[in-house]
Formats: sequence, structure tokens, C-alpha cells
Amino acid sequence: MTDTKCARTSLTLGPVLFNWAPEVWRDFYFRMADEAPVDSFVIGEVVCSKRAPFLAEHVPAVVERLQAAGRQVVLASPILVTLERERDAVRDLVATADDILADGFLIEANDIGCLAQLAGRPHWIGPFVNTYNEASLAWMAGRGAVSVSLPGELSAGAIAVLAAAAAPLGVDLEVQVFGRLPLAISARCYHARAHNLHKDNCRFVCGVDVDGLDVTTVDGEAFLAINGTQTLSSSYVALVAEVGDMQAMGVNRLRLSPHSCDMVAVTKLFRAIADGVIEATEARSRLARISHGIAFSNGFYHDREGVMDTLR
Amino acid sequence: MASFELICPAGTLAALRVAVDAGADAVYVGFRDETNARNFPGLNFSRAELKQGVEYAHRQGRQLFVAINTYPAAGNPGPWHRAVDDAAVNGADAVIMADLGLLDYAARRHPGLRLHLSVQASAANPEAIGLYRQAFGVRRVVLPRVLTIADIARLTREVDVETEVFVFGGMCPMAEGRCSLSSYATGRSPNRNGVCSPASHVRYETRGTQLVSRLGNFTINTFAEDEPAGYPTLCKGRFHAYGATSYLFEEPSSLNAMHLLPDLKAAGVKALKIEGRQRGKAYIAEVVATCRRGLDLFDRNLPFDPAALDRVAEGGRDTTGAYGKAWR
Repeated sequence: MTDTKCARTSLTLGPVLFNWAPEVWRDFYFRMADEAPVDSFVIGEVVCSKRAPFLAEHVPAVVERLQAAGRQVVLASPILVTLERERDAVRDLVATADDILADGFLIEANDIGCLAQLAGRPHWIGPFVNTYNEASLAWMAGRGAVSVSLPGELSAGAIAVLAAAAAPLGVDLEVQVFGRLPLAISARCYHARAHNLHKDNCRFVCGVDVDGLDVTTVDGEAFLAINGTQTLSSSYVALVAEVGDMQAMGVNRLRLSPHSCDMVAVTKLFRAIADGVIEATEARSRLARISHGIAFSNGFYHDREGVMDTLR
Repeated sequence: MASFELICPAGTLAALRVAVDAGADAVYVGFRDETNARNFPGLNFSRAELKQGVEYAHRQGRQLFVAINTYPAAGNPGPWHRAVDDAAVNGADAVIMADLGLLDYAARRHPGLRLHLSVQASAANPEAIGLYRQAFGVRRVVLPRVLTIADIARLTREVDVETEVFVFGGMCPMAEGRCSLSSYATGRSPNRNGVCSPASHVRYETRGTQLVSRLGNFTINTFAEDEPAGYPTLCKGRFHAYGATSYLFEEPSSLNAMHLLPDLKAAGVKALKIEGRQRGKAYIAEVVATCRRGLDLFDRNLPFDPAALDRVAEGGRDTTGAYGKAWR
């Protein structure tokens, strides 16, 4: 790491993508508030609007607990917004942020419709908005974006260009370094489909798969995971040895995506990685133990197939 | 006046001529590089061919649109900027784009150029579409294939841009432009490279009496001896989940919404689009002519059998996809 990049790298915990039981979701954040060295928490249901009401009653308590612990709370907007009730939810979210903007509440826009409603005030851009190049980044910054989380399929070369462009704009740049990588979103619910159910009568079967439902090839090879309308990688992205390079480029936030494994341990490990106080090989083997030996990937960063793990 | 404009694909000058002759109101094409979402070997237009294509279409009173609908690479906007400039210079009637930065470039540099929002932008609600209208002056939006007819009708009422929807051809079960499945398996993506499940990464193997289709290192499907083998597009493969093997994401089938014309008209849809710039000219000729006949019959209140398109549907099967609520 160079001297010019002395600013401390922040850790962001992305939203829980999976359909966790509301109390589990609440208790997860309570514990993270107490124990995890995370600077910013992006919270909210981003995948399925049918799940959102169950979390809603716990959101105020979670926000209060996180803020009391001195953490930044960012409210995430949904990825796919087509229904009237989904549009209403985004409008309500924007209005909520209006009320409490003074307290340091920001919204992370995960679709262009939400971004449209945030023009002229500080906001975050989530990884579900397509920020592929410096022109898009500059356009977003001009409308108030202060932090941009990049799409998962970008390579180190693209990240470097974007980081160089972000710094003079005063925009923080973030890359996901841990967890299953979101690959697609649909109007169709694959969890319901796998259970021979219709989306409207889904019985919330996604709730049993706390890290997503494994999808293998017909040969039995691990491939993908489904989470309602979302499709993710089976492998967990693990950018560990790459963190130093990213810091040198000017990436100043690392995003961890929550899983059912010990996320306090994961966040502590990435804090140590970002601080350069643990060696990469050791950090990676610890991460493998914490995440129960699941396959890692770092291919996108190295401009290869996303599934690839260059260290295997 | 006709109820709909018919927007037809062409990957070559020959296909463009065939599409115009068969009754396309507009033909859409791309340049021969990564600036468009059908960046396939041997396909697409040189600058000179574009000029000829525009002349051919305009002579018959038809239009030509240029798709520049991938996301420009960080640090290398040149090819995308040149594509916009050359489309404008050569008389394209509209450019079809998805990237915010590129739309911004086109709106500033070519204020007279008509901008359409590509399906690759996946603008699925009025707030999103309103932003593209307000910020860049976009005049038409190609709607993502995640919307029901009811969604489309509501949305078309609320926005002051024209809406265009897909009526026939391949369909993505995922929101377009928001999918990295292909690049996860192959390193090549629709957004960055203009390809999905590219042929360069496809292999067929035989295992006993079975034919196996592979994409990158993954088996996408297996076919029994008597089963016709399809192309291994990732989201149309057979996978295993929750104890069963199935077409988990989508069956290999084509979208056919020709029997929904009354609903699409009532919804206020302006233009109907046929997918398939990668298709040969015989296919283009048949699909365009059949859809043209269907639209003309519809305008005269005469019956048309959408099954006329079954012969060219993928796997001989068709679906109305997300247009029907049951699809979800």
C-alpha cells in the first residue's frame, strides 16, 4: 500500500439477501452491532417484496441498535421494481430518508427508478445498478452519488480505472470481497418453481435455504444457488490476496455479503486483511474454515470466468 | 393507420433487405464489434454496409435503428463513441442504448439523434423510464421481458415515451442487462462483450448413447438419442435442485405474443420487436413475413393463427413468457 492511500479502508456489510426468519435477522444485526468491526450496514429486503413486511417491524430496532453502536446505516432499495406496491415501497423509502437525512441516513439505490428519486442529495449506488465505466460514474456523481458499489463481473483493470475516476469526484468505491455473488434477477420465482408452486402462492419456501438453494449440473457439480427470484454463484467470492492491490488503486470500501456462517469472524478477518496485519494465505485458509470449506472464486477480478479460483 | 410498428432484426445486409422486403417498418442492426449485444463472429455491419442499409430502408420508406447496447468498457469509451457518431453521420433513424454514460454522450454530442432505451437497460417502472426521458430525451423504451401485459399497460399510461415490446424470438427469463450468468461460466458477458453463452465456449460430447452439451466447464444439458439437441444457452439448460432435474429457469422455447395483439394494442404499445439478429435470412424472411401478415390481418379485424410461427420457434415450442402472470 502506498503512502498516498493512507485513509483507512471501510468495511460495508451488504444487505442480507436471503429470507431469514425475522427474529434471526434482527438478532444477527444486534450481534453484529455489538461485535463486528463493520463501518457501514446496508439493510433492507432487496430481493422479494413479498418478504419485506416481515422484516419491517424489526427495522427500527435494528437501526437504533446499529446507530447506538456508532455505525452508519444505509437503507437499500429493491433490485427489481415492477408492481405498484413495490413502487410505493421505494417512494416510502425515499420519503423516510427525507425525514431523517439529518441523522445521517442514506439510501443505496439498486435500480434506476430509485436513483431517479434521489437526484440532488447524497446517496449510494448499489451493485445492482450498472456502473461499468467512468462516464456513468461521473454522471451519477453529478447527481449526488457519494459511494458506488461495483457490479461483480468487473475485472481489476476496470476497477482501477473507476477508482482513479472516483477519487477526484469525491466518490467512495466499493467491491464485494466475500459471499455468493448475485448473478441475475427475474420476475419469476425459482424457489417456487423448484417446489412446483406459483409465485403468488409460494409459501415462502425460500426461507428454509438460509444461504440459497444449491443448483447443480446434471453431473452433480456445484454451479449456482437460487434465492427466490435471484440467482447467485454457488461459490463464495473471496478476494483476499487482492485487497492490497485494490487499496493501492483507491478502492476504499470492501463489501461483505452476509451468510449463515460466523459473520463476526468473517468481518474481523477482513478488518485484519484490510489493515495488512495478516498474511493472505493464512487469511484465506481461516476464511475457508469459517465458511465450512465452500468453494471460493475470484475469477471476475482476474478477468476470467467468474467461477474460477486462481489460487486453486 | 397501422396499430403497431414492426421492428425487425438483421445481422447482415442481405438479412436487412429481406426484412424490408417482407414488411418491416424498421430494421435494427449493430456494428461489427463489442458495442452491440449480438457480437457474434461473421455477423453485423461495417460502416459502409450501414450506409447501404440506411439507403435501402429509406428508399422504401422504412427506418433503420442501430443498437449500441452494451456497456462501454472502463477506460475505453472510443469504440462506443465512434459507433454513436457513425450511426448519426450515416443517417440512422435512432440509436438503441443502455448505458447512462453513453446516453449522456449521445444526448450532448448529437442533440438531433433519436434515442431509444435498449431492453438491456431493463427499465421496468415509470420512475426509471422518466429519468431516461428527462435526463437524455429518450423517446422510446424497449421494455424488459419481466413485465405482464397489465404491468405494460399501466406503465405505458404513465410515461410520456413510446413503448416497444418483444413479440417473437428468443427470450431471457432474467431481467436483461442485469445478468452475469454467462460470464460466470465463460468470462464473456452480454453487458461487456455483447455475447451470452458464446459458441466459442460450447462443446458437445457423447456419453454412451447420450449427447451432452457443455458451456465452459459446465454441463448444460443431456439429450437422449431420439431427443433433438438444443444450443446450451445457460438459462435454458437442465439443472438439479431440490431433488429434481428440470428446466429450472426456462424451457428452450421461443416467445410468441402474436395472439396477444388486442391486449398489446389496448395497453398502448407502439412497436413490436422481433428478436434474432443472429438468425439467417431465410428465418428472417419467414418470421417477418408471418408477423407482417398477422399485423395486417389484425388491423382489418381478420383472424390470424399464431401457430403459423411454430415451425420457427426454438425447440418447436413457444411461450408468452412473462406477459402472462402464470409465468412467474
